[in-house]
Amino acid sequence: MILVMKRTFLGEFEEVVLLVVAACTEQAYGVTIWESIQRYTGRTVTMSAVHATLYRLEDKGFLSSEMGGATAERGGRRKRFFKVTAYGSKALLEIQQIRQELWQAIPSGRLQLIQS
Amino acid sequence: MKDQNENIKAPPKWVDLILEKCIAPHLLEDLQGDLYEVFYNNLTTVGVAKAKWKYTLSALMHLTPYFLKRRASNYSSSPLFSYDMLKNYFKIAFRTLAKNKGYSFINIVGLAMGMGVAMLIGLWIYDEISYDKYHKNYDRIAQIMQHQTRNGEIGTQTSAPYPLASELRSKYGSDFKHVILSTWTNEHILTYGDKKFTKTGNNMESSAPEMLTLKMLKGTWAGLKDPYSIMLSESVAKTLFGDADAMDQVIKMDNQYNVKVTGVYEDLPYNSTFRQMTFLAPWSLYEISQPGLKTMEDPWRPNNFQIFVQLTDHADIDKVSAKIKDVKKKNIRQEQLKFNPDVFLNPMSKWYLYSTFKNGHRIGGRIENVWLFGMIGAFVLLLACINFMNLSTARSEKRSREVGIRKAVGSLRGQLVTQFFSESLLVAGFAFIVAVFLVMLIMPYFNDVADKKLAMLWTNPVFWLLGICFSILTAIIAGSYPAIYLSSFQPIKVLKGAYKAGRFAAVPRKALVVVQFTVSIVLIIGTIVVFRQIQFAKNRPVGYNRDGLLTISLSTPDIHNHFEAVRNELLESKAIAEMAESSSPPTNSWSSTSGLDWKGKDPSLSVDFQYNEVSHQYGKTIGWQFMGGRDFSKDFATDSSAVILNETAAKFMGLKDPVGETVTWFTIPYKVIGVVKDMIIDSPYEPNRPLIYNLAKDPGIINIKINPGISTSAALAKIEAVFKKYNPGSPFQYHFTDEDYARKFYDEVRIAKLTTFFSILAVMISCLGLFGVASFIAEQRTKEIGVRKVLGATIVNVWGMLSGDFVFLVLLAFIIATPVSYYFLHNWLQKYEYKTEISWWIFAVTGLGTLLITLLTVSFQAIKAAMMNPIKSLRSE
Repeated sequence: MILVMKRTFLGEFEEVVLLVVAACTEQAYGVTIWESIQRYTGRTVTMSAVHATLYRLEDKGFLSSEMGGATAERGGRRKRFFKVTAYGSKALLEIQQIRQELWQAIPSGRLQLIQS
Repeated sequence: MKDQNENIKAPPKWVDLILEKCIAPHLLEDLQGDLYEVFYNNLTTVGVAKAKWKYTLSALMHLTPYFLKRRASNYSSSPLFSYDMLKNYFKIAFRTLAKNKGYSFINIVGLAMGMGVAMLIGLWIYDEISYDKYHKNYDRIAQIMQHQTRNGEIGTQTSAPYPLASELRSKYGSDFKHVILSTWTNEHILTYGDKKFTKTGNNMESSAPEMLTLKMLKGTWAGLKDPYSIMLSESVAKTLFGDADAMDQVIKMDNQYNVKVTGVYEDLPYNSTFRQMTFLAPWSLYEISQPGLKTMEDPWRPNNFQIFVQLTDHADIDKVSAKIKDVKKKNIRQEQLKFNPDVFLNPMSKWYLYSTFKNGHRIGGRIENVWLFGMIGAFVLLLACINFMNLSTARSEKRSREVGIRKAVGSLRGQLVTQFFSESLLVAGFAFIVAVFLVMLIMPYFNDVADKKLAMLWTNPVFWLLGICFSILTAIIAGSYPAIYLSSFQPIKVLKGAYKAGRFAAVPRKALVVVQFTVSIVLIIGTIVVFRQIQFAKNRPVGYNRDGLLTISLSTPDIHNHFEAVRNELLESKAIAEMAESSSPPTNSWSSTSGLDWKGKDPSLSVDFQYNEVSHQYGKTIGWQFMGGRDFSKDFATDSSAVILNETAAKFMGLKDPVGETVTWFTIPYKVIGVVKDMIIDSPYEPNRPLIYNLAKDPGIINIKINPGISTSAALAKIEAVFKKYNPGSPFQYHFTDEDYARKFYDEVRIAKLTTFFSILAVMISCLGLFGVASFIAEQRTKEIGVRKVLGATIVNVWGMLSGDFVFLVLLAFIIATPVSYYFLHNWLQKYEYKTEISWWIFAVTGLGTLLITLLTVSFQAIKAAMMNPIKSLRSE
């Protein structure tokens, strides 16, 4: 069965950011997400790229956010905590499913050829 | 130390500043928080300098369009000018207007009247100050004038002697581009084929069209080079030739000279000094028609002509004026030096508005009228604005609840101010439209009264801009008081229903009513005094009988040559009672002389007598009255060297018994045979001048007394037939003397009519406002009146109570207006030699009249309120 993709297309970096938010054990906000992305992917990412992607994902409805309480270490500024919305989870699951189907469709032995 | 440390360990301030300015406000907080957090982490790991560097880099990376873009707000950035609220204000304003139809009517009509008056006066002032601006050399043209001293008084005149022009040209030529001799604007007969018309025009030197920048429709400015040429205005060309081409046609002037049309120019506008110059003939033709001009024995003596000049571009008018001051003194004969003639230049910009001179000094002129009407216009507009303010504040209690609710749900005071301004803007907008229609309606009548040709400047953007600015200004003036007053209410008080305007809340309103009535009363008193002044002058004994008196000016000698035949024929047909010749009409004096001497005359006395050359029947025709002596008579052949004096002349000469004395007039002795009562010849506001009559040699005027037994039209038909018979070359044109006489009052009558018009409007506007305020006050006190009536007050009591307040205000206004108007009118009357008294009854009548009008206005509402059934008014809640 071929899945018709009606939802908004997610870019590679967007997918990573969304996955990182989903993977966070504690409440996710700008700095933790930024650090996690660098840690998981090993890439150097600018903070502004992370911020822009987070807000864009929120605009598209994959994430929701709410402001936390005042904090001392940030000069009294509040944190914005991000959560994956139901729509965001569905999108991630669908991507995962497509990938899985594709993985299963790969004839056995082909990847080993490539690996060698 | 610690502070300093912290300061060092904080992120760079300038970066923060950029962030705070640039990043959209809804993103700023958490974004900056994240940056701070990383910065503080970095402090411990990489050190201060590197942390700062990283912070800066990271922060500046955020300056992308995505973070800068502001989120569209649901709320207006400024609470005062939100589109939705403005829409709401206008909606509410419309509803309020529609709900109170009477009030809206009073408001809009009152304001429209005020604006209409202001608009009319504005157009009028515009016309006055643009007088003569049609001529492109407006700034450079001047007229030669002179001050002359006679018996200690300096008189100023425009007439100048003939040789002065060539003197100016030869001695001061470098200052003048043009020096142009001109005759006065006179009537001439123009004939083309069988068409004959009497038209007014000038003889001027050939560069006149260039100086006056006439707009040539045909031909060029050089059209007056040949003596036998003529330039016509468009309208004269049309009357003579219809639609046919006028150029190069030959017409006859005064039945004598054949002249060729060498140009047609656009009619000069009504607001030009030369507006009556409907044709322009060459000066050289005038010289041909007056051969005596060049052979005059003493050409510097008579002042017969006008001289216009155009200065060169670099010449300064005051300097040139000073330079030519003595030009006449250098040329006149010794005995005339006592007149001390100072020649000066009167610039075109001052001809119309500033040409009144007194004792050799410019003291003003029509500009006073411009100021007067400008002020009246401003005041009438002010009255209308006051109405608006008063009605709005009087109604404030009704709207206080609306204000309370608006404030309770969060209106700012500024918003309420905007609301009330938008309401007054709406009313002013309506009023402007109504005013434009009113002005269009009144315009013909106004033009008639003001002797103007005003028109709406529909296509002039300045007019519209001014009109709209004016309406907005009116709206702001008129709306300012309600806007500030109403918006200051405290919501708690008004919503609790206990809102009661304080004792002094009505003071401004009362003050405004007083201002209104002060202005109205001043205008009424002014109008009465102007009328009294005119009546005073009209009541002066004229000294002759104007009934059925006609004057006909002759431009050809035909009638004079057959005078006896014409007279006999008309007498036989019973058309006329008498007919006579004279050199000046009874309502004007065209000639004066200084060459008189008599026994016992003080040699230092300078003489300036008017004289009139008449025929034997003159006295009987105009009906003069003798104080002594006798009339000219054909029975005495010696009467050819006899004179008749007027009363003033006899007094001036200081002769005890003038009849029989001898007067020497340029060396010829004349015998005084009679003295007549003074007749008003010139201005009825000035004292009579000495006048001397002798028998005619070649007079130019026919005076006819119509037979009182037959109708004027029948008599005129008969006279015309006889005149046509003897003088077929001239059209039959006549003036009624009583009309000419009435023209002497034109200026004053015009002012009187205009002030009447404005006073009536002012009173109407004031009463309209009073009516409105009275109705609201009556409404407001409904319950109080009900209680009073239940307790036994009569209708008269209630009426007295309601009217009393207003009567007091009007009395106050009267007390203020009396000295103000006395001051202004006293000054105005000073310019007249013969003037009426400002008597006390004028004030009394005005005061009583105003009081009566006030009572009538207020009583309607007061009685209506007093008659109301108290049950109804008390049950109303």
